[in-house]
Amino acid sequence: MLRAEIETTLGELELELELAVEAGECLALAGPSGAGKSSVLRAIAGLLRPARGRISCNGETWLDTGGRINFAPERRRCGYLFQEYALFPHLSAWENVAYPLKEVPRRERRAKAVALLGRFGLAERADAAPRSLSGGERQRVALARALARRPGVLLLDEPLSALDARTRAAATREVAQVLRDLDVPAILVTHDFTEAAQLGDRVGIIDAGRIVQEGSASELASTPGSAFVADFSGAVVLEGQAHSGAGGLTIVALDGGGEVASSDIGAGRVGVSVHPWEITIETVTGEHPPSSALNRLPGVVTTITTIGNRVRLGINAGQPLVAEVTAASVEGLELAVGSPVVASWKAAATRLVAL
Amino acid sequence: MSALSRLWFSLAVTIALAVALTFLILPILAIFLDTGPAALIDSLGEETARDALLLSLETTAIALAIIIVVGTPAAYFLASRRFRGRALLTTLIELPLVLPPAAAGIALLAALGPNGIFGAELDALGITLPLETAGVVVALVFVASPFYLRQAQASFAAVDPTIVDASRTLGASEAHTFARILVPTALPGLATGGALALGRALGEFGATLMFAGALQGVTQTVPLAIFDRFARDFDAALALSAVLVAISAAILLATKLLDGPDSLTRAAR
Repeated sequence: MLRAEIETTLGELELELELAVEAGECLALAGPSGAGKSSVLRAIAGLLRPARGRISCNGETWLDTGGRINFAPERRRCGYLFQEYALFPHLSAWENVAYPLKEVPRRERRAKAVALLGRFGLAERADAAPRSLSGGERQRVALARALARRPGVLLLDEPLSALDARTRAAATREVAQVLRDLDVPAILVTHDFTEAAQLGDRVGIIDAGRIVQEGSASELASTPGSAFVADFSGAVVLEGQAHSGAGGLTIVALDGGGEVASSDIGAGRVGVSVHPWEITIETVTGEHPPSSALNRLPGVVTTITTIGNRVRLGINAGQPLVAEVTAASVEGLELAVGSPVVASWKAAATRLVAL
Repeated sequence: MSALSRLWFSLAVTIALAVALTFLILPILAIFLDTGPAALIDSLGEETARDALLLSLETTAIALAIIIVVGTPAAYFLASRRFRGRALLTTLIELPLVLPPAAAGIALLAALGPNGIFGAELDALGITLPLETAGVVVALVFVASPFYLRQAQASFAAVDPTIVDASRTLGASEAHTFARILVPTALPGLATGGALALGRALGEFGATLMFAGALQGVTQTVPLAIFDRFARDFDAALALSAVLVAISAAILLATKLLDGPDSLTRAAR
């Protein structure tokens, strides 16, 4: 269990937040750049000393500004994955991984480091210099290094943002696997809500140094507490199995039943991402008019949240789905919690993301 | 621009470069061309020349060791800590770079000479610097250390701060991080700084003469020996100069190679 209360001023930004993460759980902090996401990780790792705060992990207090406790970073056992990976340029891949293995006898370090690299399929690259590794390989070396010391907390700073789209899918699976296997609290920060939804068990939306809303990704998207959260938690992600269909489209059989088409290419397990404002809502009254929207999912309205002149509808369509419509539409269609509806949207507005 | 005026301009810059090159290289070549190599080597066999060379190597080596041992952590402090007056401190440390050597010699005498501010304290400790080899070392450290400090500070500041953070989160203390991460990654820059300080120390003349004097075998380094001889035995002075030029050229070449093995041959972009 990791608990942190942090209060500090960083230039223009006033960081003030509180969080608690259970062992085996991943909290994803999502927010725009400059919101203070990385500073939260730095404060937990001891790289930044907040003006006021308390941080404890598994009952051990790392920081208590009132009680004058402030553990140095090296005493906090944080596995920290840096955004640009921060590999030591003068050390080979295995030497990078062996760097934290100070308790392992010198003769056994290489074997131990190569074994760790092997978990990420990089045993043959053990002697490579960081500059000769690809972006994806660097990320995996950095992950192996962060895990080498059996950390008490895992901190991931934008783990996927330095990768190109092609590598990102594999890296996402890699990070998700690490998060599943590791029985420690994990915090991931990202500017990408879809990434937070994919990798976080819980998502906290962070804006101007504060966590403005916290919950599951679908909760945040369906019942956003503010316009900021509504905009930021744009895409909803449905899970399913992809196969290629007619006309070059990809067909995804959704886990909760139903099928959707996408103009993106994909195969195997995928996430289907669609923006709430791309979704049209019809009430089920019989024949539907001809439409260019290929995707039609029946469901039931579960929540109705008004944000200014927009309304977020939470819909149970086998999996939670979110649509955004105007208040006038809600009135015109006489929507209420429990109303049966059909959500439809275009295949061209349907993005596939790796799972 | 018309074709003619472009041609004129090209011609003008080419002539300027030719003049500059001739002016800079001719005197250096003259050292080697004025007397034959045999005469040069002969005059190096003299006792005074050998003494001067050995003394120069010894004092420069000791001075460089002191500069590196004290200067490396000091430069790290300046590069890694943020505090009030840091810019002022950096400027103060760089002051000896622009100080005229004669003024540096007087300054050292005023501080550490027998009648200087700390003269009595040094005397009580049994330390005499003027007219002693130790005085030469002090003068060399004083004039040469800013070259190292400045370069080392810049090299440490250029190290990616996230790798320093990474080292700390991986269980390394600040001291361990300094030794295992910072120094190795800043090493090319530190070596360049060391070479610059070495070159400056080897050629040091004014401050050494003022502060330590020119006693053969005790404080008469190669530059002082060259000065001492040039009126009496011009060939001998040339021979010693040739040695200094050769060593300086080697240092320059080494720093260029540290910058990258192909930095001498690659065409400028």
